[in-house]
This record gives sequence, structure tokens and C-alpha cells, in this order.
Amino acid sequence: MDKQLIKSLAQVVGEQYTLADRESLACYGYDSTPELESRPGVVVLPGNQEEIGKVLALCHGAGVRVTPRGSGTNLSGGSISFDGGVILQTSRLNRIIEIDEENLTATVEPGVVTSALHREVEAKGLFYPPDPGSMNISTMGGNVAENSGGLRGLKYGVTADYVMGLKTFLADGELLKTGGKVVKDVAGYNLNQLLVSSEGTLGVFSEITVKLIPKPQCKKTMLVHFPQLEQAALTVSQIIAARIIPATLEFLDRVTIKCVEDYAHVGLPLDVDAVLLIEVDGHPAVVEEEAAGIRAICERQGCSFFQTAATADEALKLATARRVALSALARLRPTTILEDATVPRSAIAPMVKLIQETARKYDLTIGTFGHAGDGNLHPTCLTDERNRDEIERAHRAFAEIFEATIAMGGTITGEHGVGVAKKKYLPLLVGNAGLRVMRGIKGALDPNGILNPGKIF
Amino acid sequence: MEFVKLINCMRCGMCLPQCPTYKETFLETASPRGRVALVRKFEEGELEVSEKLLEYLSLCLDCQACASACPCGVNAGELVAEFRCERKSEQGLGTMESLVLRKLLPHPDRLEAATAPLRLYQASGLQKTVRALGLLKMFPSSLQRMEGLLPALPKAPLRQTIEEVTPARGTEKGTVGFFLGCVMSLIFSEASLATVALLSAVGYRVITPKTQKCCGAPNMLGHDMDGLKDAARFNTDLFNSFEVDTVVTDCGGCGAELKKYGHHLAGDPEAERFSSKIRDISQILAAESETLQTMLKPLPVAVTYHDACHIAHCQGIRSEPRQLLGLIPQLDYRELPEADACCGSAGTYNIEKPEMSDRVLSRKVENIRKTGAQYLVTGNPGCLLQLKKALSEQLPEVKVIHLTELLQMSVDGRY
Ligand SMILES: Cc1cc2nc3c(=O)[nH]c(=O)nc-3n(C[C@H](O)[C@H](O)[C@H](O)COP(=O)(O)OP(=O)(O)OC[C@H]3O[C@@H](n4cnc5c(N)ncnc54)[C@H](O)[C@@H]3O)c2cc1C
Ligand code: SF4
Ligand code: SF4
Repeated sequence: MDKQLIKSLAQVVGEQYTLADRESLACYGYDSTPELESRPGVVVLPGNQEEIGKVLALCHGAGVRVTPRGSGTNLSGGSISFDGGVILQTSRLNRIIEIDEENLTATVEPGVVTSALHREVEAKGLFYPPDPGSMNISTMGGNVAENSGGLRGLKYGVTADYVMGLKTFLADGELLKTGGKVVKDVAGYNLNQLLVSSEGTLGVFSEITVKLIPKPQCKKTMLVHFPQLEQAALTVSQIIAARIIPATLEFLDRVTIKCVEDYAHVGLPLDVDAVLLIEVDGHPAVVEEEAAGIRAICERQGCSFFQTAATADEALKLATARRVALSALARLRPTTILEDATVPRSAIAPMVKLIQETARKYDLTIGTFGHAGDGNLHPTCLTDERNRDEIERAHRAFAEIFEATIAMGGTITGEHGVGVAKKKYLPLLVGNAGLRVMRGIKGALDPNGILNPGKIF
Repeated sequence: MEFVKLINCMRCGMCLPQCPTYKETFLETASPRGRVALVRKFEEGELEVSEKLLEYLSLCLDCQACASACPCGVNAGELVAEFRCERKSEQGLGTMESLVLRKLLPHPDRLEAATAPLRLYQASGLQKTVRALGLLKMFPSSLQRMEGLLPALPKAPLRQTIEEVTPARGTEKGTVGFFLGCVMSLIFSEASLATVALLSAVGYRVITPKTQKCCGAPNMLGHDMDGLKDAARFNTDLFNSFEVDTVVTDCGGCGAELKKYGHHLAGDPEAERFSSKIRDISQILAAESETLQTMLKPLPVAVTYHDACHIAHCQGIRSEPRQLLGLIPQLDYRELPEADACCGSAGTYNIEKPEMSDRVLSRKVENIRKTGAQYLVTGNPGCLLQLKKALSEQLPEVKVIHLTELLQMSVDGRY
């Protein structure tokens, strides 16, 4: 990295927040994606929004590449700089600028941690639904750039459904404002939605305005066991067909159930194929009615156990099984490969079966859990990065799983993004036309290709 | 170092929001994930021991909040400590370190003789070493500042005055051993007296062996594994020679260390047996809630609780102390925001890294202020010292007190 550029960057963000020593750089070469790592040339942590623009202008002038980074928890290698470029870390920009109770919006800086926003808005009786599993550390900037989903996605949608306005610094440092607090806006292209899930390749968000909704009055949590996978899958479809949209409809498969039970001893039976965690929320009367409807459907499908939480404490206990799923799996082996193949709801049972068969074929341990309600599954392969042969088999298994996903009308990633990890599968999914349009957009917004190069396509 | 412990880290970042130094700096190098990466890269030969590497790693408080949050069972704090221990054993102990860790700490009588007149500390070069080593895992900052703030010291260390056997009051339920920590004996003897009185009141006969030695935690801090193992062997043999199934301590730091003897003396079944007997006082008393409750008189005061790292993160004890506070009639309990965040005391940390320690401490003080409590309760002498000092300067209306002392106040009906 050019010494002069490092000096200029330090003049913008301060010496203390310009990191170029070997040790620091070694700590910014990874994110949560297994097996991917590459050291950047320098890391900068701007302290205010204007500094983002200045850093970009400097880098644009010098032709140096920039990768935005929130908390580095994405699972597709999106926040790694593969060419020794600049990492632009947003965590110091963590102000909640405004919670507008009249317009029901919140405006935040990109480094605000998702759950910190939850706490603030919920204290005012409001609700910001997107709740990725990483919400205690993921940033709002990262959530928008990846269009993150969460456990409440089925009923409430994903991050994109809440983004109303953005301030984005373009590659050359110019500020672009899109959308705002107005609910209706048809002035020109819908640039907000174009920027959502752009994975840091089109611009760097410096301010984000999201929609808030009233906090649901109450919720009911249920845990259901099913001896057979198909029963659980049919239950999911029938709940939706009965026009009940639970806030949460989560699934654990047999492998995951065993790991969870070994780890947390929550009383799950080891002879069932599937466990569903279901939550309905809203007006108390409606919640009662929906919970009763769900119970009837589960029983009709032959569930072996149905429990409704009577208190908030009990609800937490029931949710434990799902909450600890990742921990329980991740502890088994050193390396955890967490994917997010997503299929239409109707294809859940065949998909889970296929994952299990593929795991057997390649002699791997893969536990599957995830958001059954929206077909977003997390097949999680437990392996050991030191065992090259097993890792190879894992890659082959996932290649087969992704191809099957596409064949079933699904997608290679429901919420984790393409980054570099899924890059090679993208053409299969979007075809030539898709790639041409995406490249055209990238060229129009970032003609010199300095923003997060090599990601997505 | 076991390499697999390092690669168990899946870099998920779940530990970051719990790490006090990350919360203050937002730097990956000051986060658990970053620290594991640094140690791993050293082990892999990608990084060598450099000033920066040591500087980044030494900013770790070893509070183990990261371990509580980690889905993969990785303990960044412990890995960093292990790394520093290994570097130390390559260098060997300095003369003064070896004087304190080997000649003074393992001999309670010498320790007591040395600490009785505090002036002795200041008089000799001993003071400096004692400070640098954080003797007794406590002294928050310079001893001159400490001296005036030290709680009125007991006339004699409790170890000297306490009866070796305290009979149970009422029907005897059984006998327990009492591990009396050095700092508890030397400074917080009131609290340990309350501990023994409460144990006796709920029906236990208490044995407090006079010959017990320092638990070895300061050796760990001084990265002196051999000294630690000596302490472990001695205390194991001593307590296992009594017919007790339970050994109680009211010092979070000792409790955490004693529970690790089985690990320190791997392969020694006696050490494992000893470790499995260790209980924090809050665990024993919570199990005796019913009996205890009948003795408690109203305490109409506002109280908050600080989770000591050595109790919450190292031993996983969170609900028992709160449950006990909940037993006291009319007590107005207020949950402390970020209750289980380190107070910045962290052994020698407040001497080695005063700036970061102060930042971590300020956050704690602000959170205590928010509760409006009159009493701050905790269960570890290091925290007691650090917070007594800080609050006497910044928030004098709040009293800092050990859990057993507050319970004893309720038993006595005085406040
Ligand atoms: C244990 C675990 C559970 C997870 N659970 C979920 C889940 O339930 N749902 C889900 O959707 N995801 C989940 N994720 C993935 C990940 O947490 C999300 O993608 C999250 O949004 C990333 O946020 P971050 O702040 O860590 O962003 P980073 O990882 O730092 O960055 C992600 C991408 O956003 C870009 N970016 C970051 N900030 C900006 C900005 N200000 N402007 C422009 N681009 C920016 C980066 O360049 C990168 O491409 C999980 C990850 C883990 C480790
Ligand atoms: S130490 Fe644990 S919590 Fe932290 S990044 Fe590693 S695996 Fe995640
Ligand atoms: S032990 Fe404490 S300071 Fe050290 S990495 Fe863990 S949480 Fe951070």
C-alpha cells in the first residue's frame, strides 16, 4: 500500500483510526465465512459521515480499491479485501440519529448494531422486525447491503421491506440521497431497492432510514414434534394455506435435534424427524384463534407432542432449542460451514431429504435447521479444515445441493449474499441476461471498479 | 497450546458485543475474535512475537465475557492468558516475582506479617513488585491512592482469629469446608465472618483449616504455572483430608481457580475430586433458601448486583445471588445494566493498563448511577476494592458490599 495514501487517509480519519501494522491487518483479513482470508493493505475507521466521502474520493483518485465492512459477520466473504485494498470499517458510526414517532421511522448511521436499534425502538412501543441470528453484532449497513432476513421474516419480511431512505457515498465520494420518510415515492427509478443487497459494490451507506411498525400486543410460542419429516413439511404448507401467517416458523432436523439435546438437554426426543418452533403474534384475540388453528393442523398431521408456552419464561425455554441450534452444531467439530439454500415452501421435505442423502453419499455430518416458513434452510456441515479430503467432499456435496435447489425453483442464497463464496453459482441462477444487467449497473455507478471488486459476479 | 482450541473459532463475531475492550475501541485487534486470530497466526508462524502483538494481547482483561457468548466453546481470554504464560515460562520469573510468588504467597504467616503494617509495602522495593504482580489479584491502582481508601483493616487477619471448627446452629445438616481467600482474610474479614455465620445458621458445621494457602490465582496472573501447581497440590491434599463433600468459598476469584485444579493437575483424580466439591457461597445459600428465608428481616433499601467475571463468566453463576437478594423482605432490587461487564479490576490490569481500565470502570459507574441503588452488591474481593474506591470518589452515596454482608444485615435487622 502506497505510504503517501496511508498518510492522506490518516489526515482524514486520524492516525489512531488508520491501521497499517501487520498485526492489525491480520485481524481484518477474515469475516465469518469459512476458509476465506486475505490481508488488506490498510484499514480506516471513519468517525463521521463526511469522512466516508473523503476516504472514497482519495481512493478513487489513487485508483485504490475499497471494501466496506460492518462487523464482518457475513457468510459469503463480502467484507474481505482480496487485493490488498482499503477496508472501510463503519463501526464508529453508531449513532441512532432519530426515532420519528409521528412518521414511524428510524434514521441511523451504518455502524448501528441491529439489536441496539431494536432496544431503542421497542422502548418506545415500536417495532423493527428484521432479526438476523447475528443481530447482537451485525450492523445496519451490513444488513442493508446483504438484505438480511431473520426469524420473523415469514410474516414481517426482510430488511428490504423496511428501507425507506438511504444516503450513499458513491465510488468517487459524491453523496447520493434516495427515498426518505415518504411512504409513496415514484420519482424516477427505485434506487433504494437497487442499493439494498448491493453487497458494498455500488456505494457506501452513510445514513439509513427504516420503517417502523407498532409493536405487536402479544405473542404465543409453540413447540411441536413430528415423527416424520413429511408431517412437519405438510404442517407448514397447511398453516399457510389456512391463511395463518406465524411470525416465526422454524425447523430442526434429526441431526440438529440430537446435537441440541446432547448440548442443552432441553428434553427433545431423539426418535423424531423434525421439530417446529412456531410463534404467532398480534391482537390477543387473533393470537388465540391462530394458535388454536395451528394446534388443530399439527394434530391432524400426527404430531407426537405439542406444547404452548404459558408464560414469557416458558416461551424463552421453548425457543431455546432453536436458539442454541447453531451452538450445538458448531461445537461438534472445529469447522462449521453454514449455508442458506432456499426453496419454495412446497419443496421443503424433498430438499431436507436430498440434503440428508447427499450427506450420506459424501460421508459428512450435515445438520439442517432454519426458516421453514419461507423455505430458507441452513444446511450446516460440521467438518475440520485440517482434513482436506473431507473439506473437498463438503464442497462437492454443497455443489450438488445448490444445483438441486435451483432445479426445485429455489435460490443459492436466501439471505447470506453472493459475495465470493457463491459467485460461481450465480450464472446458473440469473443467466446471461441477468449478469449483463448487473454488470451494466455496476459500470454505471462505479466505472473504475473500485468498490468491493470481485464480489457477486 | 492445543491448536484445535484456536481453530474452533468460527469467527462468527458473537463475542464482540460482550467484550469490554471491543466496546470501547471498536477495533478487531481488541476483540476476542481478533485475539484468537492473533494467537493462531502466531502458532501458525504467520506472526512472530512483536511489540504490537504483545500490546494487543495485553489489552485483554481475561474477564471471559467472550466465553459466555461463544457458540463454539472458545475461550479467548483463557487462550490469551495461556499464550502469555507460555512466553513467560520461556523467559523465567524475575527475582522479585519469584520472591513474592514463591516465598511470600505460599506462606500465609509471612504474607500476613508483610501486609499487617501497610507501611512495609511502601518502604521497600517490595511494593513495586507487589503492585506489578497484582499480589492478591486486587490492588486497583497505585498503593498510595489505595492506602487511604482501604476499608478499615481488621485488627488481625481472619485466618488467625477464626475458629477452625464452627458448630452448626440448630440441627446439623452436615459439614462443609471453608476456603478463606487471602484478600477476604486480610481485608474483607467482616464478609467472611458473615459467610461462616450464615453457613452455621442454615445448619452447617464449618471447618476452616488454618494451614490453607493462597489459591494460586496470583501465580496464574504472574504466569507462574509451577507455583500454581504447588498451591493446587497443597490445598487439594489439605481439604481432601477432611470428611467433607463441599468446600465453600466467598471469593469469586478463588472459586474459579479452585474449580480448575482438576485441569491444572490433569490426570490427578484427587485434584479433580477437590475441584468438584467447590461451591460459591451463593450456590449453597440458594439451595438453603427455605431455611434462610425464615431468618431474614426487612431491609427497605435499593440494591443492585454486579456480576463478578469470576462468578458469572468463569463459574456460570448468575441466578443464585439474585435469588438470594429476592428473599430479603422489602428489598428494592434493581437490575444493573450490563451487570456482567467487567469492572476493570481484572487482577493486575488496572496497574498495567490504567487507561483502558478507567474507561471500562467509568462505564460500570455510569450504569450503577442509572439504577439509583443505595447498595451495590457483589461477590468478589477484586471488584469490591475496585468499586469501593471508584464509588467513594464518584458516587459516594452508594455503598459497596459483599453479598453475605448484606444477607447478614438482613438477619440482624440492621441497616
Ligand atoms: C452466527 C451467524 C448468524 C447469522 N444469521 C443470519 C440471519 O439469520 N439472517 C441473515 O440474513 N444473515 C445472517 N448472518 C449473516 C450476516 O450476519 C449478515 O449478512 C449481516 O447483515 C452482516 O452484517 P455485518 O455488519 O457483519 O456486515 P459485514 O459482514 O461487515 O459486511 C457485509 C456486506 O455488506 C457490505 N457493507 C457493510 N457495511 C456497508 C455500508 N455501510 N455500505 C455499503 N456496504 C456495506 C460489506 O462490503 C459486505 O459486502 C449470520 C451470520 C452469522 C455469523
Ligand atoms: S470466539 Fe467464539 S464467539 Fe468469538 S468469533 Fe470465535 S467462535 Fe465466534
Ligand atoms: S477475556 Fe474479556 S477482554 Fe479478553 S477478549 Fe474476552 S471479553 Fe474481551
